[in-house]
Amino acid sequence: MTDADIRRAFLEELTAVAPDIDPATVGDDDHLQDDLELDSMDILNLVAALHKRLGVSVPEADYRHLATPGHAVHYLVAALD
Amino acid sequence: MPSLGADMEEGKLVEWLVKPGDTVAHGDVVAVVETQKGAIEIEIFEAAVIAELLASEGETLPVGAPLARVRTPGDMPRAVPEDSLDDSLGGGAEEQAVPPKPAGQPEPVEPATGRPARKEKPRSPAGTDAPPPASPAARVLARKAGLDLHAIAGSGPGGAVLLADVEARLEAPPEAAQDTGAGEQVPEAEGETKPAPPHPAKPGLDMAAMRQAIAAAMSRSKREIPHYYLERTIDLQCATDWLAARNEGCDPDARMLMGALFLRATALAATKVPEFNGHYEDGEFQPSSAVHAGLAVAMRGGGLIAPAIRDAQRLGLDAMMAAIRDMVARTRNGRLRNSEVTQGTITVSSMGEGGADALYAVIYPPQVAILGFGAPVRRPWVVDDVVVLRTTVTVTLSADHRVSDGRRGARLLAEIERLLKEPEKL
Repeated sequence: MTDADIRRAFLEELTAVAPDIDPATVGDDDHLQDDLELDSMDILNLVAALHKRLGVSVPEADYRHLATPGHAVHYLVAALD
Repeated sequence: MPSLGADMEEGKLVEWLVKPGDTVAHGDVVAVVETQKGAIEIEIFEAAVIAELLASEGETLPVGAPLARVRTPGDMPRAVPEDSLDDSLGGGAEEQAVPPKPAGQPEPVEPATGRPARKEKPRSPAGTDAPPPASPAARVLARKAGLDLHAIAGSGPGGAVLLADVEARLEAPPEAAQDTGAGEQVPEAEGETKPAPPHPAKPGLDMAAMRQAIAAAMSRSKREIPHYYLERTIDLQCATDWLAARNEGCDPDARMLMGALFLRATALAATKVPEFNGHYEDGEFQPSSAVHAGLAVAMRGGGLIAPAIRDAQRLGLDAMMAAIRDMVARTRNGRLRNSEVTQGTITVSSMGEGGADALYAVIYPPQVAILGFGAPVRRPWVVDDVVVLRTTVTVTLSADHRVSDGRRGARLLAEIERLLKEPEKL
């Protein structure tokens, strides 16, 4: 899986959790909670979806590494290595 | 047509889930009605056999109008009485033109339930005279949608604006709408021009209509309920540590959120201090032995809905978390039931991480209390005469002074604090 594949997977799961978000407008530095307004249930649903899709179970202590799409892709790439 | 909110005057029957001859039990979902909170599933509150469907799909009916005739055991066919469908709190109904109504359909009659159609405040631009002739249903829909009746061409007798005219206007794209009306666009300064609605995150949910429902419920609350407010900042470290340990090693699907602890603690506390749990109606407080805990769920794109988790006092933490998951998912993407939008007895609003430190919520009538949980914050805190760093949360109570006083409110907050300090016992 390339970084681009992982980014696409992340954005697909993000927009599945928050269907009003247009993936084309999501920037790598957008903050999931502050900018995209995900709440704790959204984050939990996103983490669960990533677990199903990529097999990566992100522990709660690592949620901070998912703060933005940029950070999240970086984290997921490392986790899948 | 059951009332799904204090301000609801009419509702659109979207779908029948039963047919004549079907046997139904208490709590069965028999129909779906379109409202400002999206589609709501209508439950029946008695065991019966469906004798006849009186309302057809797509039809808009005033609150109180019979939807069907049922036969109860040992009974002749009769109309479903309004009180056999649950009736109380929630939001008003809105039938934002889905599905489209055929032109020329007869106008719905005035509500026959003793709920008078509300007086229209003239919304005409300054200088013009009385509102144009319009049917009551058309007025209601136009007002809810923020449309000016002057700007809609009427097809009824004497140019009266009919419901179908308003619906047609709402369905028309904005450019076309400007051309169809004989009237002129309302000036921007009047504040009547409807802004482009934000992305509706939930199909069939009209954001402007939901905003109207919130406005109506909250205005009524602030008009009728003498609120008082208390706040208490409590040490959340034990609960935070307990939750982190509980979730460690769990797959995401099995994890719990702090919100489940907040709701559980509130539900248990409400059983101990009963003057915060129930409904205030007709000048009287009716306490409830069950705690139907309303959960304020923010909608993406704006607005919020506070459906109730029924019998929350009976749910342990895992069951509470499952109920919250289900409720949030159905509020945002699926369907709620009428009992869930009308029967809440106390509400919890939670800011979540990164939000404001405290929130002072407005009570949902006819409830008498709402708890607000601010964002958990790390603060310097005194424990055994030593200042240490602890995760804390500021909890607020907004309560109805007709029913309770500050001393009892403080008792409720103290009880919530006591419960959250011993999360292993929750």
